[in-house]
Amino acid sequence: MEWETVIGLEIHAQLSTKSKLFSGSSTEYGQEPNTQANVVDLAMPGVLPVLNAEAVRMAAMFGLAIGAPIGRGNVFARKNYFYPDLPQGYQISQFDKPIVELGHIDITLENGESKRIGVTRAHLEQDAGKSLHKDFAGMTGIDLNRSGTPLLEIVSEPDMRSAKEAVAYMKKIHELVQYLGINDGNLQEGSFRCDANVSVRPKGQKEFGTRTELKNINSFRFVERAINLEVERQIDLLEEGGEVIQETRLYDPDKNQTRSMRSKEEANDYRYFPDPDLLPVEITDEFLDEVRASLPELPQVKFKRFMQEYGLSDYDAGVLTANRAVADYFEAVAKDSGEAKLSANWVIGELSSHLNNHDLLITDSPVSSEMLTGLIKRIADKTISGKIAKEVFQALWEGEGSTADDIIESKGLKQITDSGAIEAMIDEIIANNQAQVEQYRSGKDKVFGFFVGQVMKASQGKANPAQVNQILKQKLAPESE
Amino acid sequence: MSLSPEEVKKIAYLARLSIEEEHVEQYSEDLSSIFGLVEQMNAAATDDIEPMAHPQNAMQRLRDDVVTETNQRDKLMANAPLKEDGLFLVPKVLD
Amino acid sequence: MINKTLTELSAGLKDGDFSSVELSQYFLQRIAKYDDELNAFITVTEEQALAAANKADEAIAAGTAGVLTGIPVAYKDLFCTDGIRTSCASKMLDNFIAPYNATVVEKLTAAGMPMLGKTNMDEFAMGSSNENSYYGAVKNPWDLERVPGGSSGGSAVAVCAKLAPVSLGTDTGGSIRQPASLTGVTGIKPTYGRVSRYGMIAYASSLDQGGVFASNAEDCALVLAAIAGFDAKDSTSVEHQVPDFSATLNDSIQGLKIGVPKEFFGEGLDNKIATVIQEALQEYTKLGAEIIDISLPNTHLAIPSYYVIAPAEASSNLSRFDGVRYGYRCEDPKDLTDMYMRSRGEGFGTEVKRRIMTGTYALSAGYYDAYYLKAQKIRRLISNDFKQAFEKVDVIMGPVSPETAFKIGAKTDDPISMYLADIYTLSLNLAGLPGMSIPAGKANDMPVGLQIIGNYFEEAKMLNIAHQFQQATDYHKQLPAQFGGEK
Ligand SMILES: [Mg+2]
Ligand SMILES: [Zn+2]
Repeated sequence: MEWETVIGLEIHAQLSTKSKLFSGSSTEYGQEPNTQANVVDLAMPGVLPVLNAEAVRMAAMFGLAIGAPIGRGNVFARKNYFYPDLPQGYQISQFDKPIVELGHIDITLENGESKRIGVTRAHLEQDAGKSLHKDFAGMTGIDLNRSGTPLLEIVSEPDMRSAKEAVAYMKKIHELVQYLGINDGNLQEGSFRCDANVSVRPKGQKEFGTRTELKNINSFRFVERAINLEVERQIDLLEEGGEVIQETRLYDPDKNQTRSMRSKEEANDYRYFPDPDLLPVEITDEFLDEVRASLPELPQVKFKRFMQEYGLSDYDAGVLTANRAVADYFEAVAKDSGEAKLSANWVIGELSSHLNNHDLLITDSPVSSEMLTGLIKRIADKTISGKIAKEVFQALWEGEGSTADDIIESKGLKQITDSGAIEAMIDEIIANNQAQVEQYRSGKDKVFGFFVGQVMKASQGKANPAQVNQILKQKLAPESE
Repeated sequence: MSLSPEEVKKIAYLARLSIEEEHVEQYSEDLSSIFGLVEQMNAAATDDIEPMAHPQNAMQRLRDDVVTETNQRDKLMANAPLKEDGLFLVPKVLD
Repeated sequence: MINKTLTELSAGLKDGDFSSVELSQYFLQRIAKYDDELNAFITVTEEQALAAANKADEAIAAGTAGVLTGIPVAYKDLFCTDGIRTSCASKMLDNFIAPYNATVVEKLTAAGMPMLGKTNMDEFAMGSSNENSYYGAVKNPWDLERVPGGSSGGSAVAVCAKLAPVSLGTDTGGSIRQPASLTGVTGIKPTYGRVSRYGMIAYASSLDQGGVFASNAEDCALVLAAIAGFDAKDSTSVEHQVPDFSATLNDSIQGLKIGVPKEFFGEGLDNKIATVIQEALQEYTKLGAEIIDISLPNTHLAIPSYYVIAPAEASSNLSRFDGVRYGYRCEDPKDLTDMYMRSRGEGFGTEVKRRIMTGTYALSAGYYDAYYLKAQKIRRLISNDFKQAFEKVDVIMGPVSPETAFKIGAKTDDPISMYLADIYTLSLNLAGLPGMSIPAGKANDMPVGLQIIGNYFEEAKMLNIAHQFQQATDYHKQLPAQFGGEK
């Protein structure tokens, strides 16, 4: 039988506010346990929540960016369950009246076609704390620093049909929230997490199969692997005449398998009801106008503009707009150097591979956009060759100088463009390699490369290659003397 | 309206309340009569009535995104039944 | 001393007739002498009271004192008090030292009022008799075998027996008005949102409201003015200007339209109470008011609606008491679930567990619409009843409770009969309206309170109306003989 996969994703994106959703505690990551949990975050008796305006604004930005209506009187509800990292015994979330209603986002499939994925809703809610399972004499330690951090839960329609589509969607949302500046995109720190609802059905069948939920997958690679594993498991099960049970499963990257989380299954009756400590959130036209005006240029628009304004190929434009920081970096270099194509090549090539090798974000690059601009200017005005430029880039990366000019100067890498000097070098080489001259003149064109190599060696790579070519051709030509 | 002892046990579990076996019957009687009372509501026609979640007909106030809190861990954890290394300790959480 | 109004005490302090330390000691001594019998206090904070009184005396000497500076106060033990046990009369919080102050505590402390202690109450404010306390029942000073009402019974008794000149309580379904009525003191529950709930341990968030017990309306006006007002820490507190409640106490009530709902005089009301209320209304006509018969047709639905909404909110509000960060944790839990189940099962009393289960059930899958949503719709009907009534009248009056204080233990086995006694008080909390109880006489040798219900934010008018009655009568001055102290 042919099977079809159906996937919907729930993404939890931490909003980049300074303070928590309902308290004035800092949201900074990586602090000593329980030093960023105040009376509200610890759910001390008698405390009350007060809503962070910035979280509301960020959620509205996201809604506008995906073309969704914004809930004009959106309501916070309590989701009741007991868990040690949930101090109130309920999570303040949104239920039947979320802040972001139905929207959509377009992803690009492998064959280059575009596919529209529905975003059912996005709502504001509190994050939980963390349970630390390292052993405290058989006990679990609870750190509530993260408790109350604002999350935007983004729920997709079950519109994806493969793990690849799911990853493309997840990446698209990841790119968007960073563009909007509402999420730091850091998957390792858990700022961007994903749950996947996966089911399979015989191809052509209308009804959905029974789904399982894969919890908390925190890398693009794992999402793809986990979904594929789960799809295989479900198909195997069904083909053996078994049944898929609706349950929550956990992906274990070490064992590369998914397993049932029975403990979370029992009695899931969340008893949602409107939080009586909070009133409906009013969204006015004025507020939405302000938010709309503050929206940055979105990736699709930027992509088209880069192709038009800088004459980039759609591949280059795609790579450079996939991340707002990369786009900003590129645009700064292209504008200041006036060399868009060259800038694109360097950002996509040398810079990206250095960043990848060192596992760095572009915002942490040791070579700033100003530094790269300086380098590109010297390539363009022929002060250095492309080959020498790589050497200069490496030196900049290693902090050997703060500008390309400094390094070119201190290392003496300036290109030799004085034809007299180049001629002198060539004359000497020709004099010392008569045998090769004969070979060349008798028709062995390949030997030309030998002479170029010799000149570059003699000039330590600094001779202008075009001039070298031209002068060599002249000097080696028969009957020229 | 009546709630069986089994239902009482289910609710007690949902609310994480241990109830001694010999008291289950009493709770089942009490809850049954409370819901008997509650069901007097059924007599009221409420089809076109908007539910009233809150006595205030107002909208939520928002606060500025400012960090106002400093570390008060020692004071705030002073009531903790069990703690170590700045963490609250609980019996092992399994997932 | 005990017959002085707060204004008189304030004048005495300023004139140097006595110091705040002396005044505080006077009440502390009365607590020491009488509270073994009454059980009105869970915690007496002598040391803090005297330290604050000293500071108050300095302020008085420096001329920086306000009208309340130096006058001691007692708090229901659900207002968080920094560094002091805040128990909610529960085993669950028997060891809980609050790490912060409730906003009202901050305000009264800033006003220079020394705290005498934390008063007894029904556990987590759930009850109407003050028998549901981990620290034992509170006794009614008029008859020690009887209940004082609840849930703010300790605060009512503290004022009734003059263990404190004024106290704070909370009212979720009548918990200020009913004990005020049963002990013969003056109590006011303001409009929902008038007083910050921050630091007030929640029972039912959309119904809870803090208020004042004192010997008369004039004293209530002073303290209410000090605790009222918007609080940025409570999003449901209201940005509504707080008037000078004392300024209008002496306004004439000539031509006042008093609505009397017929539903407040139906079956179940003790005839002797009805008589006391009718006499009080006659007193008002003598003062120039007009009595108008009105109807609040959905009154009978207040009880079923309240006993869904309040427990539903409570079931969620009380989930934080899980033995993880503070409060009671059971011995040797065998696993996480066992820790939750036994900490909560052992830490909460019977009535609390009953209400948590009621609320849990009402919100659970399949029942939400039939119970919770239905109750919210009825809440709207009840609120609409009042809206219509206030188009015709300025104020509504009636009894607070259908019966006078009953014997301790008389209703312990019958929670429903206890619930039914809240019939005249619950509807205000559902609507969010302000209400008062003022002493109006006696029935069965026990005090009877007259309920004054105002429109939203009309506390000043209610206090004026109450004060006018108290100028013409002396029910509010009567003290139980045993606790009359000096005359
Ligand atoms: Mg979810
Ligand atoms: Zn979520």
